[in-house]
Amino acid sequence: MSIEINGEKCAACGACGVVCPGSLISADSLGKAVIKRPENCWGCASCVKECGAGAIRLFLGEDMGGLGGRLSVLKEGFFTLWTIEKPNGQKETITVDGRESNHY
Amino acid sequence: MELSVRQMSTDFLILGGGTAGCYAALAFCEKDDTHSVLIAEKANIKRSGCLAAGVNALNAYIVKGRTPEDYVDYARADAHGIVREDLLLTMARGLNKTVSYMEKIGLVILKDENGAYAARGNRNIKINGENIKPLLAEAVGKEPRISVLNKVNVIEYIVKDNRVIGAYAVGVCEPVLYVIFAKAVLCATGGAAGLYKPNHAGFSRHKMWYPPFNTGAGLAMGIRAGAEMTTLEMRFIALRCKDTIAPTGTLAQGAGARQINARGVEYEQKYGTTTSQRLHGTVTENAQGRGPCYLRTVGISKEQEEDLKRAYLNMCPSQTLKWVESGKTPSVQNVEIEGTEPYIMGGHTASGYWVDTDRETTLKGLFAAGDAAGGCPQKYVTGAFAEGEIAANAVLKYMNGEIPMISDWESIKQGIENFLNGADSEYTADLLESEMQAVMDEYAGGIGASYRFSENGLETAALKIGEIEKKAELLSAKDTRELVYIYELKERLTLAKSVIAHLGARKETRWNSFAENTDYPNKNDSWLRFVNSRLENGGIKIIFRELVKLGETYEH
Repeated sequence: MSIEINGEKCAACGACGVVCPGSLISADSLGKAVIKRPENCWGCASCVKECGAGAIRLFLGEDMGGLGGRLSVLKEGFFTLWTIEKPNGQKETITVDGRESNHY
Repeated sequence: MELSVRQMSTDFLILGGGTAGCYAALAFCEKDDTHSVLIAEKANIKRSGCLAAGVNALNAYIVKGRTPEDYVDYARADAHGIVREDLLLTMARGLNKTVSYMEKIGLVILKDENGAYAARGNRNIKINGENIKPLLAEAVGKEPRISVLNKVNVIEYIVKDNRVIGAYAVGVCEPVLYVIFAKAVLCATGGAAGLYKPNHAGFSRHKMWYPPFNTGAGLAMGIRAGAEMTTLEMRFIALRCKDTIAPTGTLAQGAGARQINARGVEYEQKYGTTTSQRLHGTVTENAQGRGPCYLRTVGISKEQEEDLKRAYLNMCPSQTLKWVESGKTPSVQNVEIEGTEPYIMGGHTASGYWVDTDRETTLKGLFAAGDAAGGCPQKYVTGAFAEGEIAANAVLKYMNGEIPMISDWESIKQGIENFLNGADSEYTADLLESEMQAVMDEYAGGIGASYRFSENGLETAALKIGEIEKKAELLSAKDTRELVYIYELKERLTLAKSVIAHLGARKETRWNSFAENTDYPNKNDSWLRFVNSRLENGGIKIIFRELVKLGETYEH
């Protein structure tokens, strides 16, 4: 369970490092986000949701049965678009309307 | 590296800006318009504490036709009698008001056709809690009298004339020692994860139920300062979706999925339905060769499945990721379940500070709420809010005079700088943490021991934890982040010693799995009392206290 950060997409805004509950994300010499200790990540996805550049993706570690899929988030107004890139490259997007309650 | 010192003062210091802490600050300002409030938070209150990822339902609410007394009955039965009914009742009476407040600040709650909250069972309501923490942080930000100090790790109380008058903290990102004085202090630092070896000890070691960043700081500080603690032996072990450690309630209570063993037999009723019994049933089915166990989801509709995917994205996105990346979604494959490692926390079980009915601890000037406060299980989110409000009311009554101060903190500063400037250690905090977790797992009832322990094992655990404590004093840190890792380890070691003492002191098995003592395998009602403890002259003194019944008020 951890995150990967795409340095090319990272806008060096620092927002992910601010919200990470484990203070695990720091800035490199260019101000780009890096996670030095990915094994310390809780998997809360706070940084993924905070990143406006779509540079951070969540994955499941192999030791917990992860298959290589990647989860990213795009926010559009009230909507959160969660996209999972499957190991075979196919993508599935699930849209959550922030104005609607869960039904369970 | 030398620490700079930043001295601060406030009227009301809140340690921990999580569920209870943020709400306490807001409730305090609702009643009072003169005093200042400072929240000291290890991360950033926007996404910190138990609710960082969101929450799927509010599990403590007095639904139509039910009373706060019903809630007390439920929590008492679930804890097999070991509860403070004064604390439960005052909490239960405050629950619904907190929900109204949360709705007012923007929390989305499911309504029925009459506009009333739609109940999920007897005590739960359904929400979209993905943004519950940002909502709280936004409300805190709008209140000019609340200041927030993010990214500081509290390490010790400041005590003067037997009164808590503030706290020391170190910067997580900067080499700063914060010396914070206050008229009153609220401990809302949460409980503790990471004492025991987790489900996945490797790369995914932090994929756990309770936040791995809740390391028991406030509990350890209280123990060291001589506060009385209660029921640390009633560990909380969550029954979770395997690997992702995602919540099961959404499937069980929400979608009506039943627990079945590998043969497809429903086993829950055989063991009972309290929280500890449901876990113990699963542990026993596995031990007796009828595992693995599952929540039976096969056959749910596609619509239900899509709702579940969204529900998990709102609180535990890894579960949805697992379903989608594997293609083994809940309608086609039952969801395997397992127990987590044990945690110490007062929101589900009853571990924490021993408080009076107003939530003041046995240390004058120090109050506790949420997962740090004991005796009042089944709080969940709204109960932590309600306790924050009760504590805030008590703090307001307590406030008087000037902010007390001291002027000498050289020894504290020196102690921190020793870690920063000492010789390179042959150990690391990580290594010692793993060693501690292995000891607790093997000798103090972790996953590897099927949660069972014996008196002999506990003695071994105590000795080994003592040895690790000595090694921890020799650790060195290259920067402040490493420094915080050292303090987190020390907090856990302090708490682990008290947990071991509590596990040994309750000479019965009241809760299977939560505290299963193989030397005393049965429940014995002469133990319908609290096991408390206090540090005295370097040793842990066990104290027994009577239960507190409905209608009673408890004063220290």
